[in-house]
Amino acid sequence: MPDLLQVEDLQVRFRVKSGLAALMARGATHIDAVCGVSFAVREGETFALVGESGSGKTTLALAVAGLVEAQAGSIRFEGKELRGLSDSAFKPYRRHIAMMFQDPIGSLSPRLSIRSLITEPFKIHGLTDRDLDAEARRLLAMVGLPADFAGRYPHQLSGGQARRVGVARALALDPKLIVADEPTAGLDVSVQGEVLNLLARLQGELGVSILIITHNLSVVRHTTDRMAIMYLGRFVERGPTDEIFARPRHPYTLALLSANPKPDPDAVLDAVELKGEVPSLLERPQGCEFHPRCPFVQAHCRTAAPAWTQQGADHRLTCHFPVEERKLAS
Amino acid sequence: MSAPGSENVLEVRDLTVGYRTPRGRVRALRDVNLDIPRGKVVGIVGESGCGKSTLLGAIIGLLDANAEVESGSIRFDGRDLLRLPEKDMRALRGDRISMIFQDPMTTLNPVLSIGTQMTDIQYRSKAGTADKRKRSAAMLERVGIPDAANRLANFPHQFSGGMRQRIAIAMALQSEPDLLIADEPTTALDATLEVQILQRLRELQQSLQCSILFISHHLGVIAELCDEVSVMYAGEVVEQGSVRDIFHNARHPYARKLLECDPARIAEKTANLPTIPGDIPDLVALPEGCIFQARCEQATARCASEVPARHRVGPGHSAACHLLAEAGADA
Repeated sequence: MPDLLQVEDLQVRFRVKSGLAALMARGATHIDAVCGVSFAVREGETFALVGESGSGKTTLALAVAGLVEAQAGSIRFEGKELRGLSDSAFKPYRRHIAMMFQDPIGSLSPRLSIRSLITEPFKIHGLTDRDLDAEARRLLAMVGLPADFAGRYPHQLSGGQARRVGVARALALDPKLIVADEPTAGLDVSVQGEVLNLLARLQGELGVSILIITHNLSVVRHTTDRMAIMYLGRFVERGPTDEIFARPRHPYTLALLSANPKPDPDAVLDAVELKGEVPSLLERPQGCEFHPRCPFVQAHCRTAAPAWTQQGADHRLTCHFPVEERKLAS
Repeated sequence: MSAPGSENVLEVRDLTVGYRTPRGRVRALRDVNLDIPRGKVVGIVGESGCGKSTLLGAIIGLLDANAEVESGSIRFDGRDLLRLPEKDMRALRGDRISMIFQDPMTTLNPVLSIGTQMTDIQYRSKAGTADKRKRSAAMLERVGIPDAANRLANFPHQFSGGMRQRIAIAMALQSEPDLLIADEPTTALDATLEVQILQRLRELQQSLQCSILFISHHLGVIAELCDEVSVMYAGEVVEQGSVRDIFHNARHPYARKLLECDPARIAEKTANLPTIPGDIPDLVALPEGCIFQARCEQATARCASEVPARHRVGPGHSAACHLLAEAGADA
């Protein structure tokens, strides 16, 4: 399948402000939230960004959606460069790149009815010739909500229903890419399945691509085609989801995958323990940035930064000494 | 009742709690029974609206102002906590019963150093400040904070989220309580930290021999940490038993469904995840019969009219479902 979105060597930095923030930065003037990330999302596939808090997942997603400015690198959508476009030049692309935000109820204006919320995209993009009542009915049906929900307000929705409204809103303009930031965070497991099934069904019907950010590894395993693992704003490993779950090669990936307790009291949790905690983005470690925490660290790792190397057809990682066959109990 | 011979640190009996609201009375907990054996970790699982928070609030005496305990008792050390004067309840809280919350950011006071906060909470002790600080540093070492004696001078913002939750655990366990109530203590943490903190909590629990009431929606965490589990749905305990009873041999249809829905349990990759169709019933206008019947695939006419009794299905394992009566399990 051809690539819909190509991100190359993308850099997002935030200026460290004056006052307290500058004091804490101890001289540093910028934080590199995303530094040199490359990946592509193919048509109709689901790509996952995985990583712990502060690893830069959300910043990367916001940059793709044009909501945060990237300082270097490129973001090509259907071959056209999006980085550096002015807001007005970006606007036509917003129809094709829809965003689902983390907080389902908080991202819906409490004073608008569901009908207004899901038809707002038509107004924003000047599609005034549409029959908005018919569109509202179509979208509600598409996400499996009864037509009378059009008259309700966000506070009358459960978490799962609010997510469905979020999906309806994201789908209103027939996007080609949905960027979903933690689409199931805070949902109960029984409802989480509904939202994920809905996204999978719509992907099958509409062929839309999905860039999903989540820290729920079980969700990644079941619902995504390819994935990338982020650490301190960089990818440490990227490849097909099945392959990474079967054979994680980067020690951080291994630690992350092994730290997921199974819902089975007899399963032995064989977690690979990491030393210490995530370093500050203001004081990046020398050499391999993961080395202070790596359980398999060697002298070379402390001084030389590993390159982004190929490990198989579509599998890359940054590690001097990739983990050999050490299988995770599945 | 729990098996004979076991000693319970806490016994909740027939607890019914409602909230007064403009819409009418929300019947948040109905006839809840729960035993917490001494030295054991008891987990509660259940989805939003199942009554976990109300149960915790009732135990620790911190229910919202519009809540009303309609009936039941919560016995701790031979005394009914629901009838304890506020002064006596205060004496228990933070001493013999302590609590850790979900959010480690808001547990600690941002303008006081960790050392000050940890000595302040030892106000019951007659020891001098130097001794209290020494005790605090020792406790911080035990939860895995390096260089603890020096870090007492630090303020909460100088610690990461994981470290802050370790500090909260140290503060909660410093009084060597009989019961620790942990309300989703690792939910706000990243996976690698979560595992480290759970292991540390388990070690401390075993060395202090305290009991823990542990709430989590992460079934893997419950399976990893708990000895016994209660499954709650819409204000009722629908099943309880040992962690193996629940995870390997759940008998209540809701408990089985809830476990099936966890994608971590499904070995084969699937794009069609199991769900529980339907919604939780309105707790203001409760349906007749079984609370789960509207969403239960196995519901019969009896389920719509009659509230199921609790059936014993094994030692220390019970579930409230009519199917079990028909299957011959004794009530």
